[in-house]
Amino acid sequence: MEWQLMTDEQKDITGMIRNFLEKELAPIVPECEEKSEFPMEVFKKIGEIGLWGLDIPEEYGGPGFDLQTLSLIREEFGRVDCGFAVSFGAATVGFKQVLAGGNEQQKQAMAKRLLNGEISAMCITEPQSGSDVAGTKTKAVRSGDEYIINGTKTFITNGGLANVYIVVAVTNPDLGSRGLSCFIVERDAPGVSVGKEENKMGIRLSNTTDVVFQNVHVPVENRIGEEGDGFKIVMKALEKSRPICIAPLIGMAQRAIEIAAEYCRVRTPYGKPIGKLQGIQFKIADMEIQLQTARAIMMYAAKVADEGKPISCLGSISKTYVSEAAFTIIDEALQILGGYGYSKEYPIEKMLRDVRVYRIFEGTNEVQRQIIGKTVIGKC
Amino acid sequence: MKILVCVKQVPDTTEIRIDPETNTLIRSGVPSIVNPFDKNALEAALQLKDQYGAEVTVLSMGPAQAADALRECYAMGADHMVLVSDRAFGGADTLATSYTLAAAIRSLGEFDIIFCGKQAIDGDTAQVGPELAEHLGIAQVTYVAGIERKEDYLILKKEQEDCYEKIQVRMPVLLTAVKSLNEPRYPNVMKKMKANRMEVLTLTAKDLPELIPEKLGLKGSPTKVKKTFVPSVRKAGVMILGGDASGKVSELLDKLTEAKITL
Amino acid sequence: MRESKNVWVLIEVVRGKLKNVSLELLGQGRKMADALGEKLVAVIPGCEVQEFAQVAISCGADQVLVVDQVELKDYSTDGYAKVVCTLIEKYGPSVLLIGATNNGRDLGPRISCRMKTGLTADCTELAVDEETRLVRWTRPAFGGNLMATILCPDTRPQIGTVRPGVFKRPLADLEREGEIILEHVELGEEEIRTRILEVLAGEGDQGVNLEEAEIIVAGGRGVGSKENFHILRELADVLGAQVGASRAAVDSEWIPALHQVGQTGKTVGPRIYIACGISGAIQHLAGMSSSDVIIAINQDPEAPIFQVADYGIVGDLFEIVPELTKKIREKKAG
Repeated sequence: MEWQLMTDEQKDITGMIRNFLEKELAPIVPECEEKSEFPMEVFKKIGEIGLWGLDIPEEYGGPGFDLQTLSLIREEFGRVDCGFAVSFGAATVGFKQVLAGGNEQQKQAMAKRLLNGEISAMCITEPQSGSDVAGTKTKAVRSGDEYIINGTKTFITNGGLANVYIVVAVTNPDLGSRGLSCFIVERDAPGVSVGKEENKMGIRLSNTTDVVFQNVHVPVENRIGEEGDGFKIVMKALEKSRPICIAPLIGMAQRAIEIAAEYCRVRTPYGKPIGKLQGIQFKIADMEIQLQTARAIMMYAAKVADEGKPISCLGSISKTYVSEAAFTIIDEALQILGGYGYSKEYPIEKMLRDVRVYRIFEGTNEVQRQIIGKTVIGKC
Repeated sequence: MKILVCVKQVPDTTEIRIDPETNTLIRSGVPSIVNPFDKNALEAALQLKDQYGAEVTVLSMGPAQAADALRECYAMGADHMVLVSDRAFGGADTLATSYTLAAAIRSLGEFDIIFCGKQAIDGDTAQVGPELAEHLGIAQVTYVAGIERKEDYLILKKEQEDCYEKIQVRMPVLLTAVKSLNEPRYPNVMKKMKANRMEVLTLTAKDLPELIPEKLGLKGSPTKVKKTFVPSVRKAGVMILGGDASGKVSELLDKLTEAKITL
Repeated sequence: MRESKNVWVLIEVVRGKLKNVSLELLGQGRKMADALGEKLVAVIPGCEVQEFAQVAISCGADQVLVVDQVELKDYSTDGYAKVVCTLIEKYGPSVLLIGATNNGRDLGPRISCRMKTGLTADCTELAVDEETRLVRWTRPAFGGNLMATILCPDTRPQIGTVRPGVFKRPLADLEREGEIILEHVELGEEEIRTRILEVLAGEGDQGVNLEEAEIIVAGGRGVGSKENFHILRELADVLGAQVGASRAAVDSEWIPALHQVGQTGKTVGPRIYIACGISGAIQHLAGMSSSDVIIAINQDPEAPIFQVADYGIVGDLFEIVPELTKKIREKKAG
């Protein structure tokens, strides 16, 4: 069951996107999955139908969709392939960072680039620190009107596709998290190199690589905000994207339920369809209950964020609940399909491999629970 | 260049089902789409626009909701949308329809090319295009599978049953498009949002004073529908399942001989 | 309205060949003329077409109007429309039948519009109403999901186009006699606005003629490649059949577009249609469901084509088709 509160415009937009993705992306997913390759030609075509820079606000030349509409749009991507959804969604991450702490000139420039089909990538994670942002080792040393950056970033979404990176680096090692800064670094700056592509369990259409910075010179104008703002900017940006970063999962989980339901109608052991068995009906019911609830919490969080209200706790709840519910839904769908669920000939096993990462990235669910718990308990 | 493309909003006839109880078409819930051949026509117009900088107008005759079809065309890249709509036009056969459309086109100005799809997938008559050309007094080339422009001439690749003809014609001309002409582009999501907010210019009978009432709608239609019925459905026949290839083929040939069907 | 009389059939001659559908319409036209107690008239526009007048008479025409002019050597909308309309105004037929070929569908509406009369396209059934003496034209709409019976009560001539293969070609009676009238219509060069520069053969194929085919062997997604189509061609050769294709095969560029059967391709009505590796999507069925006999070969027993096939073989077409070719060859030889 789809979102019952869709406006006519949302129906129109999602209908057009579904039609496009079904024709242009769906047929090539198996091949790209096999090769673990992001289909650039689809990304280019997406630009032709006007969908680059989807989450850039109107004042910066973007479509200005609200988060609720963006969620419904991203569901459509997840319905076809979560890996593509991840890379496509992350392509505009650069603007979010710049919006969170940059100056007007940086915002205008970044928006323009992303609306024109350039891709950005967020470089936070390092080999020794993922959740522990304060443990960043990449250094940015001031030298005249430049910074010189050295370090290695790992598991970077769009590392190999990006035209521009947002890099978190230590500008003052004595201040812990308050000694971090954010920088805009060009892909073609000397000293920037892209490492091996990660051979991942799932979201294989998404491009994930190491990015290495060796004596990369970056002008002062490319620093976002002041020295020491880095942690704040990153957290602010992550917080904004968190409520709906799991939207593709809703699309994927809904499709899993549709596939399982179809199977219930056609699989007929013992002379009748398994859809007539209470046990199966209850499984499907629990899956649908979780789906509707997951979507509802996501859309609620989206609406709260759209209204500019504090979103930290709700965003974490949304991310945590949806990523876990989607896993359960898809796992059960696999169970219903039995042997066929386990086979690569059917789409479910891929969905299970895709959904698993969502409990890890965008802030692990353990970190989310810390945020939620601390918020509710308050100071103690 | 000024190009006008006629489009029709039609039910997606591949989605139509028969109600087994009443033996009538189930039309509710069938999505409305832009007639596929009209999209080929529009795509050709847009390619000429991309190449030569033409101005493309899309025109449709239908009820108010046909504006949706026009908006989709705008999202593909058309510059102007015009809807011709009035109760007086309802019930028209192809002659009355083409008469009305011709008047609307004349009111909009002169065009170098009038583009239509080969046929609408609901009516399936393929008549409105040529009739429109007749009303407008211009040349026509149907079954267009390729277009080249040479100044004020067009060189067209026309699809025949067993070959293609290369045809030269001077503009103005009416063309009807077949599927192999091109692959229509996707509508642009942003342009569709813009089109959704735009008013569609609507021409009613009052806006076209040259129209003679007796030539409109049912009154102006020399053909009358006496009745409609659902054709008898082909039923599944004999299935040959068992045995190896040789056995299956022998069985088929035996059955055909029995039924006196000669190969 | 002056009294209109007689059933006319437009005879289509293209590049020296008379189209079969014209003869099929003479057969049907003869029945209608008899029902009305009127004459059957064949109209033959073209260049060097006088030889076909006798053919028309032997197939039932009482009278033949021949317009043999060099301006009509190639079909043109302007030339042929003026010729036919001039004749209509002079003679006042009550019925005009045109074959629904590409040219026929190009010309028919131009004529009907100029004469301000009704045209019913792609008819699958024609009848003369005893009481009213009107023609009842029956045709498919909504992609074949609905049939409509149409009348043209108040204007003349009543015009209809009919697809090839709907009616049977009559047996020629070579003894039959009829009247041949040579007509002339003034046609200035500037009046004919289109010019055929060249005829281009369909890519890599000689003589695609699905519309007039008795037997069609068609291939779909199951054929798998351009090279594999030769298996179907071999079967077609041994049957004297034409090769058709589903949209999937054409879109994959395994076979040129002129072979495509279906909603966006050609509508065919052969005696026998052999569908190999074709699933039977509605869009394809729209193009071939009026075949007399449908034989389907497909690996998937659930394929929708089996819902409409008179004979369905579930099996591997790469085994079945060569076997069929072999056995038919043997049968024809022995």
